[in-house]
Amino acid sequence: MMREGQVRIPSGCAISGIFSKSGMKFSGKDIVKSIGVMHDRSNGLGGGFAGYGIYPEYKDYYAFHLFYDSIQAKKDCEEFLNRHFEIAHCSEIPTKRTDGVDNAPLIWRYFISPHTTKLSASQLDEREYVVKCVFRINAKIDGCYVFSSGKDMGVFKGVGFPEDIAKFYMIEDYEGYSFTAHGRYPTNTPGWWGGAHPFGLLDYSVVHNGEISSYDANRRAIEMYGYECKLLTDTEVITYIIDYLHRKKGLTYQEISWVAAAPFWQTIEDMPDGDRQIHEYLRNVFSAQLITGPFSIIAGFEGGMMALNDRLKLRSMVVGEKGDKVYISSEEAAIRIIEPDLEKIWSPRGGEAVIVTLDGGGA
Amino acid sequence: MSELEITAGLMDFKELNRMVKSHDGDVLIDKCYGQRYIGAGLGGKSIRINGTPGNAMGAYLDGASIIVRGNAQDAVGDTMNDGEIIIHGNAGDALGYGMRGGSIFVKGNSGYRTGIHMKEYQDRKPLIIVGGRVGSFLGEYMAGGLAIVLGIGAGGALPVGNFTGTGMHGGSMFIRSDVEPARLPKQVTIETAQDEDILSIAPHVSRFAAIFGFDGKELLKGNFFLLRPNAKNPYHTLYTPNLR
Repeated sequence: MMREGQVRIPSGCAISGIFSKSGMKFSGKDIVKSIGVMHDRSNGLGGGFAGYGIYPEYKDYYAFHLFYDSIQAKKDCEEFLNRHFEIAHCSEIPTKRTDGVDNAPLIWRYFISPHTTKLSASQLDEREYVVKCVFRINAKIDGCYVFSSGKDMGVFKGVGFPEDIAKFYMIEDYEGYSFTAHGRYPTNTPGWWGGAHPFGLLDYSVVHNGEISSYDANRRAIEMYGYECKLLTDTEVITYIIDYLHRKKGLTYQEISWVAAAPFWQTIEDMPDGDRQIHEYLRNVFSAQLITGPFSIIAGFEGGMMALNDRLKLRSMVVGEKGDKVYISSEEAAIRIIEPDLEKIWSPRGGEAVIVTLDGGGA
Repeated sequence: MSELEITAGLMDFKELNRMVKSHDGDVLIDKCYGQRYIGAGLGGKSIRINGTPGNAMGAYLDGASIIVRGNAQDAVGDTMNDGEIIIHGNAGDALGYGMRGGSIFVKGNSGYRTGIHMKEYQDRKPLIIVGGRVGSFLGEYMAGGLAIVLGIGAGGALPVGNFTGTGMHGGSMFIRSDVEPARLPKQVTIETAQDEDILSIAPHVSRFAAIFGFDGKELLKGNFFLLRPNAKNPYHTLYTPNLR
C-alpha cells in the first residue's frame, strides 16, 4: 500500500473536543459518542483521539506512542530509545480486535525521560532534545513512527471510522480532563495509520477539518527551522507551526491565532491604535505562518485547548458551554447528543480563537 | 393522512428521509441529531422538527414547509425553489445559498454567507429574514430576492459582519441598525430606507413578528439601511475597460 508522502490524492472531516475547566476527569465515552454522530463526515480512512491527563501514574515522563511495521523496526527503535532515554515503563498499547479496523501495525508505548548525561552533552533544552529524537526516529529508522510524545497525554489513531478506532483502543477506559477527536475523509493522501489525526508533537496535538491552500508555502517555511515534513498532510504542518510559535517563539495562543488566521490588511487598517501595531507586527514577522484556505482546527495542549477557524470561515465550528465543560465540534448535533441542555452555544467568527484553559493556571 | 411521528435519535439520514418522503402527509421528527438533507426537494407537506437537524435541511425545497424547534446547522434551504422554512433558533453558515423562491424565517442569528447567490425570476422572489445578527459575506454575489436582517437584541449596533454585498448585482437587502455598514463595494449603493421602502417590507416583517411573537410595528420603527446594486452598469470596468 502507498503511504502518506508517496502519493497525493486531491476533505470533509469531523472534529470534536471536550474540556473540563475545573480539571475534573471524565471518561473517553462522551467524545466517542460525539464524533460518532458525525459519521457521515468521514469515510473510514482515519479516526483518532487525543486525551490529556490520562497517564497520572507516569505524568513526569514523556509518553511515546509508536507504530512499528515489523519486529526489526521495534528492535531498532528500542535500541535508539535506550541510548537516549531512561525507560520507566514500556508495554504494548492495549487494543481489541474490531470489525472495520484492519492492518494495524504493532503499537507500543514507552514512558521515558532523557538520559541526564546525554541531555547535558547535547546542550539542548529538554523539550528540544525530545523533539530532535522524535524527528530522528521518524526520519532515520525504517518502519517506525512516533505518533505521540507528550507528558500525561496520548494520541490514539488509525485507519477506520472514529467509533471503530475508539473500540479498537478502548478509548472509554481512559480518563482525562480534555479530549479531542477526529473523523477523517482524506482527500489528498491515501490514509495510512500515521496520517490519521490527531497529529502530535510533545503535548501539542491538532485535529483538523479542511484543506489549507498555503500548505507548500507553510511547509517550506517550517522546514527551514528543522521540522522535516514527511507525510504531505497539512495537519502535520499546522502542528509544527503551533510548536514553533509557542515553544520556540514564545507566542501566546491568542497571538498564534492572529498569525495563523490573520485578519485582512483592510481589517487591520480599521483597528484602533495599539491593536493595529500588534497585528501589523505579527503579520510582517510571521507571514510565512499565515494559513490560508478552509480550516477548522482544535489544538490540544497541556492544560488547555484552542479552537480556530480560517479567517473566511470556510468550515463550520460550534462551541457550547455547560458548567465547567466546554464543547467544540464541527456540528451542533455532536454536542447536543452528549449535552442536550447547554447554557450557551455559539459559532465563533472566522479567525476568532476560542481558548480554554484549566482554572487557576495552565498555559 | 394523519401526521407521522418519527423519533430520529441516531437513525441514519437515508432511512429518516425515506420515511419522510414516502409518507403521504405531514411529519413530526422528534429528537433529531444531525440527520442531513431533511425535506430535500419536497413539496406538499409540513415537516416539524424538534432537535438539531443536520446540514442542507430543505435543500431544493419545492413547496413544503419546515418548522424547526431548535437550531439548524449549515446550508439550510440550499437552492430552495418554493415553500417556507421557519427556525425558532439560530441557523448555521450559507443559509439560503442560491435560493430562488420561497421564504426562510430565522428567529435568532445566522452564520457566514447568508443569502449568497440568491436570485429571482418573474414572480419567483426569495425572502430571508433573520431576527438577530448574521456573519460576514451577507448577500455575496446576490442576484435577486430580498434579505432582511433585523438586529433584534443588538441594541442598534451593526448586526452584520464584514464584506456585505460583495459582488452583489441584483435584489435588495434591508439592515436594521443605527450604524451604517462600512467598506461596501463600489457596486453597491446604500441609503436610509424611506417610508415607501419600509412599506414594501412591512407585510414580510409582520409575518415574521407573528410567527415568533414579536411586535411587528415596533420592529418597523427602527432605522433601516437599504442596499441595492448600483444601477449604472457597475461592472463596466471589472475585467476590462468597456469603451462603449
